[in-house]
Order: sequence, then structure tokens, then C-alpha cells
Amino acid sequence: MSRPRRAFGQVWPRVAILVVLVLAWWAVYATGLWDRVLLPSPASVWTALWSNLSGAGGLLVAAERSALRLFLGLAAAAVIGTPIGLAMAASKIVQRSIGSLMVGLQALPSIAWLPLATLWFGITERAVFFVVVMGATPAVAIATAASVRLVPPTLIRAARTLGSRGGRLYVRVVLPAAVPGYIAGLQQAWALAWRALMAAELIVTGARGLGHFLERAGAVFDTPLMLATMVAIMLVGIGVDGVFTLVDRRVRSRRGLIPSG
Amino acid sequence: MSSVPSLRVVGRPEPTSPKLSLRSVSKTYRQSSGELVRALDDVTLDVAPGEFVCLVGPSGCGKSTLLDLIAGLERPDAGQVLMNGRPIAGPGPDRAVLFQEPTLFPWMSVIRNLEFALGLTGVPKADRRELAMHWLSKVHLSAFASAQPHEISPGMRQRAVLARALACQPEVLLADEPFGALDAQSREVLQRELQTVWLETRNTFVFVTHNVREAVFLADRVVLMSARPGTLVAEHRISSPRPRSFEDVLLAKVVVDVHDHLLKEVQKVVATEEGVRPGLA
Ligand SMILES: Nc1ncnc2c1ncn2[C@@H]1O[C@H](COP(=O)(O)OP(=O)(O)OP(=O)(O)O)[C@@H](O)[C@H]1O
Ligand SMILES: [Mg+2]
Repeated sequence: MSRPRRAFGQVWPRVAILVVLVLAWWAVYATGLWDRVLLPSPASVWTALWSNLSGAGGLLVAAERSALRLFLGLAAAAVIGTPIGLAMAASKIVQRSIGSLMVGLQALPSIAWLPLATLWFGITERAVFFVVVMGATPAVAIATAASVRLVPPTLIRAARTLGSRGGRLYVRVVLPAAVPGYIAGLQQAWALAWRALMAAELIVTGARGLGHFLERAGAVFDTPLMLATMVAIMLVGIGVDGVFTLVDRRVRSRRGLIPSG
Repeated sequence: MSSVPSLRVVGRPEPTSPKLSLRSVSKTYRQSSGELVRALDDVTLDVAPGEFVCLVGPSGCGKSTLLDLIAGLERPDAGQVLMNGRPIAGPGPDRAVLFQEPTLFPWMSVIRNLEFALGLTGVPKADRRELAMHWLSKVHLSAFASAQPHEISPGMRQRAVLARALACQPEVLLADEPFGALDAQSREVLQRELQTVWLETRNTFVFVTHNVREAVFLADRVVLMSARPGTLVAEHRISSPRPRSFEDVLLAKVVVDVHDHLLKEVQKVVATEEGVRPGLA
């Protein structure tokens, strides 16, 4: 397939779903069945998005702030969660003890940490960071452990017969073999971190992220701004996911894990 | 059977001493159901230096287990597994293994796979590339040195694994149905190629296969194993001169003989199983 045609194939389904959604929304709005204050028109949301985009208090700056928090939170979750996951894969005792704890923590919606976090750290940036890290760390740990456990035993046997063992076997064979699973785990973790962050920002308004916009718009019944902020949150999410998908595809296609065509 | 356990002063092997020897080796596995499965029962086998031995036997008779013991991936419950008269303590690059599935590391190119293995045997970095290329050319893969494993065919992958094994210059080569997953044509090409490189290197070889034709084509000696628990029941020396060809009529006759023998053994085992557990065989 030629390059422009492939690019077209990438773009049109995305545009199509957007058009369908906006049309449906507009149709509902036009009937007037739903109160027009509660459900604003697509045009007014567009205007809200556009007029609040730039400037010191704009959506762009807020999105940047939120994205930075996501990045830092996810990095911290990876730094904490990866060794925990590796230990879980290496030891049955760790798996049964800390592993169970991780499963329990993952079952806990991360926002449940917020009341406690605000008591510990006040309504501060640190409370937000804490909630994000608590949201993403169990996912990173569990995915890391799974990715190591799923390394094909034949690969390890082959490496051992070649004379590789101990720490070097682990670093040169087990860890590289686990990379695709690990990336998939990070892809799950960022989504959890992002949700935790938005929830935390909604409450810790001093953080002035995208979540804060939502809170502010809600306080003054500015439904167009609410929806505009939700659109912005989704757009950032699609962007971050795109980065992970790109890395994932590169790694997997190098190993022949993506069916061609 | 050929060998009788004999006393030997360890550490001072006689000139004619076997490269590998299994002394009354038994191995039992505990299945996850808790059931004990006796995979090998009192197996004694000597392999001379430079000898090519093929192990054939019905499925589940313990061929892979035997190979794992020699590779050092498993330990015997009873008996001894010796190389050069010394017990095998664990896996090592002096015994290369070809598994049924090609075991190239998928994140490394073909040549990096060889270089990685060479590094493990202590070859200095500067010499690895040249050595790797040398062994790749032996299996006609020079043109695919920088390909990723998934970009070459399964037969080529298995050839790359063979090159990787040979590059480490092991004392012993072990193969567990390495061509079992290939189509008939690739299989024959690889059998010929293996014969050619082996005639150059003359490693001691233990080769497991289901395929009697393959065994007779490759081996100095074909050893038959009985069904579980695996014991060695018979052996055939194949004295046809090398290089051999599949068109050789005499060789075809040997194939038929070995095959008949194997079939008889299998039937014997089925008969005893039927006797023990009526209706279950
Ligand atoms: N890791 C294991 N755990 C439990 N049982 C095992 C294990 N490995 C092998 N066995 C059992 O030991 C017996 C011998 O197995 P083995 O794989 O050595 O047979 P095989 O001759 O190689 O068979 P095939 O020709 O089908 O490859 C089988 O009954 C098998 O179920
Ligand atoms: Mg087997």
C-alpha cells in the first residue's frame, strides 16, 4: 500500500466516528428534548474549548501541567513497581505476601486514597502525586511479575545450555524476553495513573490541572466548558496512548510478534 | 546391551574411555496430579568420543529426559551421568543442545545470537563477528546474518541454531528431534547439511528422533528405547560409509530392519500394558 493511502486508512475511521458523534449530539440538541443548559450545543463547546485554550489560565497550560504530573507519577510508579514485580516473579513468598497486597491495592480505586492523602500531606501537590503513584504502582508490579513469568521456558533452557546462568542469565535473557509484556503493563498503568490524577485534581484545585477546569466549570454551571475540558482530557489520553502504542509496535514487530498485513 | 558398569579411577580416564556414560540411570517425575511417573529405568549407555548415536523409541519413553540429563538440565534420581568420567553438574557450553523448536533469541539478529553464545564461551569481542560469520557460512546463512529470527523460515532458524551450537565448539552435541517440526523437504535438506558439517567437526553426537530413516541416515549406532519406563532394549550399528545418501539401497534395507525391530518392541509393550490394565491400552 502506498504511503498516502495508508495514512488515509489511519485517519478516516477516526474522523468518521467524530463526525457521527457530533451529528448525533447535535441532533439531540436540535430536538430540544434535553434542557439546552444541561446539554449545550457542539458549537458552544467548540467555542469554550477555543476561547479557553491559550493564556496563563488556559487549557493548554493546564494540560501541560497535568501531563507532567502524569509523567512523574508514572515514572515513580515504574521505579517502585518494577522491582516489586521482579521480586514477585522471583520468589513464591514475595508473590504470596506482597503480591496479594498488590492485588488488593489494585482493587482499590486510587481516589479512595485521597482523603487520607490530604490528611497526611494537606491539599497539596504532594497529595496528588501520592494518589497517582498509588494508582499506578500495583498495576506496574503485577504486569512486571506476569511478563517475567511468561518468558518461554525453552528460551531459558537454551540460554542455560549455552552456559548462561545466574544474574547474567537474568539480565541478558529473562529481562529482554519480558520487555513486550512489560510495555503492555505500562500501557495499562498510565491509564490508571491518568484517571487517578484527574480525580485528584478535581479536588485538590490548587494543583490547577485539567481536573481543576472541570471543578471550576461545575461550580458555575458552565456546561460547555465542562464538556470542553472532558474533550481535552480525552485528547491527552489518546496522545499518550499513541506514544505507548508506537513503542509497543516497534518492539513487537522487531520480534515478529505482529502478524504482517 | 553393550556396556557393563565397570570400576574406574575417576580423574584418570583411560585412552579408550567413553565421552559420555550413563550408569544405571533412573529418573522419576512427580506430575502435578501427585502421580509418580517413572521416565527412565536403569539405563546404561556409553558413547565413544566422536560417535554419532541416534536414540529412537515410542513417544513418552523418556528420550527427552535422557537428553536433559546429559545436558545437565535435570538430575538423575539414581545412577550416574558422566562426561569424560566426571559427573555432569549442570548445563554448560561444552554440551550444545538443539531443541525441537528453534531457540534463537527473538530480540537479537541471527548473527547477534551467535555472538552472544560466543561471548558466553569466552571468545573476545573482537573475534566474535568473524567466527560467527564463519559458522553461518557453513550452514549457508551468510546472507541472512543481520535478519531477525522471525524474518527467516523455520528450517533456516534451525540451521542458525546449529551454527550457534557449532560455533561454541562443544565436545558433545545433543539434539531433541530438531527437524521434527519441519516439512519433509526441509527436513531432508537439513539432514544432508548436518551430515556434511558433522563430517568436518566430528563432535560426539546424541540425536533423538522418532524417525528411523533419519536415525539410520545419520548414526553410527541406533539405540532403541522401550516405552515407559524407558530402558534401552536393542541397538544397531550402521556401518555404511559416509557420506551417505537417501538413495542408497543398502541403507534402505537397514531402515526396514530397524523399523521392524522397533515395531516389535512397541507391540510387546502394548501387549504387556493390556495385560496389566485390561481395556486401558
Ligand atoms: N517435567 C516433567 N514433569 C512430569 N513428568 C514429566 C516431565 N517431563 C517428562 N515427564 C514424563 O516422563 C515421561 C517421559 O517423557 P519424555 O519427554 O522424556 O519422553 P519422550 O521420549 O521425549 O517423548 P516424545 O517422543 O513424545 O518427545 C513421560 O511420561 C512424561 O509424561
Ligand atoms: Mg521428547
